[in-house]
Amino acid sequence: MNEDTLLGGWLEWLPSLLDGLWLSVRVAGASLIIGIPLGLALALLMSAKHKWVRVLAIIVVEVGRGTPALVMLQIVYFGLPSAGLTVGSFVAAVVALALTTGAYTSEILRAGLQAVPHGEVEAASALAMNNRDTLRFIVIPQGVRIAIPALLGFAILILQATALTFTIALPELLSRSYSIGSNTFRYLDVLLLAGLLYLIITLPAGWLTTWTERRMARHL
Amino acid sequence: MIYVQAVLLGVPMTVLITVLAFAVGAVLGVPLALARRSPLGPLRWGARFVIDVLRGIPPVVFLFVIYFGVGTGVIKLSSLQAAVIGLGLIAAGYLAEIYRGGLLAVHKGQFESAAALGMDSWTSMSRIIGPQAFRVALPSATTYAIGLLKDSSIASTITATEILYRATASSRGHGAGLEPFLIAAVVYIALGAPLAWLSRTMDARMRARVAR
Repeated sequence: MNEDTLLGGWLEWLPSLLDGLWLSVRVAGASLIIGIPLGLALALLMSAKHKWVRVLAIIVVEVGRGTPALVMLQIVYFGLPSAGLTVGSFVAAVVALALTTGAYTSEILRAGLQAVPHGEVEAASALAMNNRDTLRFIVIPQGVRIAIPALLGFAILILQATALTFTIALPELLSRSYSIGSNTFRYLDVLLLAGLLYLIITLPAGWLTTWTERRMARHL
Repeated sequence: MIYVQAVLLGVPMTVLITVLAFAVGAVLGVPLALARRSPLGPLRWGARFVIDVLRGIPPVVFLFVIYFGVGTGVIKLSSLQAAVIGLGLIAAGYLAEIYRGGLLAVHKGQFESAAALGMDSWTSMSRIIGPQAFRVALPSATTYAIGLLKDSSIASTITATEILYRATASSRGHGAGLEPFLIAAVVYIALGAPLAWLSRTMDARMRARVAR
């Protein structure tokens, strides 16, 4: 097919862009795998016994949520080397997005933990469970389950946020599209394909989120 | 500390992009939200599709499509125009869903009473339903505005001279490295704080008033 037509161009660029998309998905996945446990830890610390622990956790969360992801990326990318750590773009991207994920999901998970009926905690203490076991076996499993739809919604936003990592030279989907655009001067064609590729993941993920929301609403 | 001044120079552009994009979104979100509840199937599906697409593509990709795609081939756009159009369209998608949530929260009896009084759908929407839905939607819309403020940092990638652009310029130009970005983070947090406070206060008031 003639590569000057829209479809011809798309066919020629697709393999490279799919490689880029796969990298975007890996960055998003790694950020979520590190960030969500971090969010759970922050959520638990926000309801800690000691006041200064609570205050510290709240400050960390508010700073994390108040800083744009793009600024967080630059801080990590430029900050880690000045702290003596030289890391590649992939690690910097994952660290920055994991921090953002931790701050945002802490609020989601806190709401989930609070939504666990108090009777569950009372029942656990009636069974002579200590606080740690109550959290571990009763509150956290149920609270995290309640948070699943919101976590899924957030995961879609993190996949979108991986597009920002082109600013730190990570060859993900947007960065590859842009360099094809500047080589061929067909920015519109290639960027439209990039948008479509993001939609291939975000649209079904959005439907899945709605579906889990409805299911959850029925079960509560 | 000499970079504080440089970074602060970007504040007016950040505020301008945020306010204009929010205004575009707040206006365009209304027809989208109404179409989303239309009795006409195709109109409803069309609106749903548009909203899903606006919310499914990363904002930075939108800005690139508008600034580099449309901007180089079709019509020349300034970075401010491209940022306001791009972020405004995305805001319309999110605000449409927030409006829809507000409309869903209005009790069904209100629609029926308005119809029973012989109001046409325009009068009912503008006098009875709209104001109630608006109040419910306000805290979420304010929370969205905070998100938009942070997303406006993306406009730096298309050379809009806002906060992050100024920070990047200081960092690259003077070899300052990390410091300008830390200052930028503090400025964003400071700009978002009053909005967050407003959102919380309105939410608390709303709950107190609607509590039944």
